[in-house]
Amino acid sequence: MDDSPRQILDEEGRLRPGQSVPEGLDAEALRALYALMLRQRLLDDLMLTLQRQGRIGFYGPATGQEAAVFGSGRALAPEDWVLPALREGGVALMRGYPLRDYLAQCFGNALDVTHGRQMPCHYGSRAQHQPTLSSPIGTQLPHATGVAWAMKLRGAATVAIGYLGDGATSENDFHTALDMAGRFALPAIFFCQNNQWAISVPVSVQTAAPTLAAKAAAYRMPGHRVDGNDVMACYAVTREARARALRGEGPTFIEALTWRMGAHSTSDDPTRYRDEAVTEQWKARDPILRLGRFLLAEGLQDEDGLQALRESLGREIREALAEVEAAAPSVPLGTMFDDVFASRPPHLAEQAAEAARFGVPTPSH
Amino acid sequence: MAKLSFREALNQAMDEEMARDERVFLMGEEVGHYDGAYKVSQGLLAKYGERRVVDTPITELSFAGVGIGASMVGLRPIIEMMTFNFCILALDQIWNNAAKMRLMSGGQYNVPIVFRGPNGAAHMLSAQHSQATENWFCNVPGLKVVSPATPGDGKGLLKAAIRDDDPVIFLESEIMYNDVGEVPDAEDHVLALGKAHVVREGKDVTLIGYSHGLKAVVAAAEALAKDGIDAEVIDLRTLRPLDMETIARSVRKTHRVVTVEEGWPFGGIGAELAYRIQHALFEYLDAPVTRVTQLDMPMPYAENLEAACLPNARDVIAAARAVSYRT
Repeated sequence: MDDSPRQILDEEGRLRPGQSVPEGLDAEALRALYALMLRQRLLDDLMLTLQRQGRIGFYGPATGQEAAVFGSGRALAPEDWVLPALREGGVALMRGYPLRDYLAQCFGNALDVTHGRQMPCHYGSRAQHQPTLSSPIGTQLPHATGVAWAMKLRGAATVAIGYLGDGATSENDFHTALDMAGRFALPAIFFCQNNQWAISVPVSVQTAAPTLAAKAAAYRMPGHRVDGNDVMACYAVTREARARALRGEGPTFIEALTWRMGAHSTSDDPTRYRDEAVTEQWKARDPILRLGRFLLAEGLQDEDGLQALRESLGREIREALAEVEAAAPSVPLGTMFDDVFASRPPHLAEQAAEAARFGVPTPSH
Repeated sequence: MAKLSFREALNQAMDEEMARDERVFLMGEEVGHYDGAYKVSQGLLAKYGERRVVDTPITELSFAGVGIGASMVGLRPIIEMMTFNFCILALDQIWNNAAKMRLMSGGQYNVPIVFRGPNGAAHMLSAQHSQATENWFCNVPGLKVVSPATPGDGKGLLKAAIRDDDPVIFLESEIMYNDVGEVPDAEDHVLALGKAHVVREGKDVTLIGYSHGLKAVVAAAEALAKDGIDAEVIDLRTLRPLDMETIARSVRKTHRVVTVEEGWPFGGIGAELAYRIQHALFEYLDAPVTRVTQLDMPMPYAENLEAACLPNARDVIAAARAVSYRT
C-alpha cells in the first residue's frame, strides 16, 4: 500500500509533475479559497488575542490547517450535511454562516443566536446544514452516519461529512460510526485532520496502526492519505469521495496529514511537551503561503492584489467585531429556560417566572 | 376494548405510528429478522422492509448516535435497546447529545427520538441485567422519561413518545411483556406525556408507583382496604416531567405519602418525590414521606436473595401503616 499522502501542489506552490488543477477550481475559485484561508488565519489570530485579553473564554484555532478545512469544504454542495469537530467553523463560514454569528457565538452575548449556551467554537447553523459541535470527542461521527442513513432513506443526492481529529480515531464512536456506514454503504465521508497532536498526545501514543487511513480498511472502505496543507489535494480527494458516495458505493475515510501550528486551544501550551523545532519546519509547508505562491506564479493574483485583499479582510473582521462587541454583553435571562424541551414543562415555567419576578440585574453598556 | 399483551400493545403502537408517518423507523439489535429479543417488533420487518426496520451491528453507542443524527435531519427513529442495562454503553450519546442538541443549537436542531426497551429486574439475571435506570435518565434536563404499567398505557404512551418533538426514554418492564390488559380500540389511542393517572381513589394515604412496581402498590392498597386504610394509588406513567399537580391534589386530601420504585434509593425517584412534596406541601403532611425501594446493592442472582432485594406488597403495606401511625 502506498502510504504517501496525495499532493497536487508541492511545498513551493508548483504543480507536481503529472498533476493539474482539479476540475471545479477555476481562477476565481482559487482566489476565493485563498481569501477564505487568509481570512481564517487573521480571524484565528484575532480570536487568540481576544481570549488573552479576557474578551472571550476559549478558542480553538485552525492555524496551519486551513487547506484541510477549506479544501474539503469547497468540495461539498450546499445541501450536504457537515458534522464538525473543533476546527471546522470555517466550513460553516464558507457556506454562508455570517461572520457576525461566528464572532457572537464566541462572545456568547445578546447577538449570539444560540443564546450564550455553548462555549466558543461550538458553531451550529440550520441554514448551513451544520449541526452544533458536540464536545465529547468523536460523538459527531455516528451522527454523520445517521444523517447519511437519512439521506439514503430519502433517496437524496446528498452526503454527510463527519470531521474528526487524529485523537478521535481512538474513540469507540469512530469505529462504530465507520462500521455502520460501511455495513449499510451510506453516503458518508469521514474527514480526519491529522494534525498529529491530541492536545499533548502524539499519534504514536494513540495507536500502533501504521497510518490512520489504515483503520478504514477494516470497515471495507477506502482510506486515503492526502497532504492536508495542499488545498487542491484536499479538495480533489473530498470531491472524489463525494462522487463515490453519490454513486451508491459507500463511505470514504480521508486522512489529511497536517500539523497543529499552535496550541490545541487557548487552554494549552505546546512548548511544554513537544519540540517546536518541528513546528518551525512545518512553517515552510504553510498552506496559505503555498497557494499564494501558485496564484502569483500563474499570474492569477499579484502582490498588490494580495496586500489589498489582506487589508480588506482585516477591515471586514474589524467591522464584524465592532458590531458584535457593541451588542448587549448579557443574554436575556429568560432565554435560559427555552429549548431545554420543545415547550417549558411546569417546573421550568415556575423557575422562569421566579427569575422574571426577582430578576438578575442586566449590566448596562 | 381488546385484550392484548404488553408486547402486542407496544407492537401495535409502533405499527400504527409507522403506518401513519413514514419518517418513523425502528433500529436496534435483532429487531428485524429475529423480531426483537422480546418479540416486541414481531412482523414489522415483513410489513415495512429493511429500510424501516433495521438490524444493526451490536453497538448501542453507534445506533443511538445514528438515530440522533437521523432525527436531527427530520426522521423519527425508535431505537430499541435489548435491555437498558446495555444502554449504559450509549449514555454519552443520549446524555451529551440527544438531551442537549435543542438547547446547544439555540433551537435550530431537535432530536425527536424514542429509546425504548426493557428496564429493571427480570428474574434471576443478576447484577448487570437487573438494573432500574430511570433515575439516571430523569436526572438529565432535556430528556422525557416514560414507564408504563399496563398494556393500554404502554400503547397510548408509546404513540405519544413517537410523536413527541423531544427525546423520550421509554422504559418497559422486562417481566411484564406477557401481561394481558385492556387496550382501547380507539383509532388513535394517544395518552398525554407528563400526566399521572389516579388508579384508585382513597382518602387515607397516597401510594405512588409506576411500571412493575405499581403491582405491589395495587396489591397493597387492596390489603390495606381490608384493614380500614383507604389508599389512593397514583401511577406516574411519566417520570419526567413529573405531574406534581395530580400528586398535590392527592396529598392535600390524604396528608400521607409512600413512594414505591424498584430502583436503588440514593437519588432515586422517591427521593425526588419526597423533596418536592415536602417543599410544596409541608403544611399538608401528617407524617414524613416514606419510600419503598430496592435494597441498596447490586442485584443478586439467587432466587431468594433477589426476592429479598426487591420491594413487594408487604413492604408497601408496612410503609403505609407506618405513615398512618398504625404499626
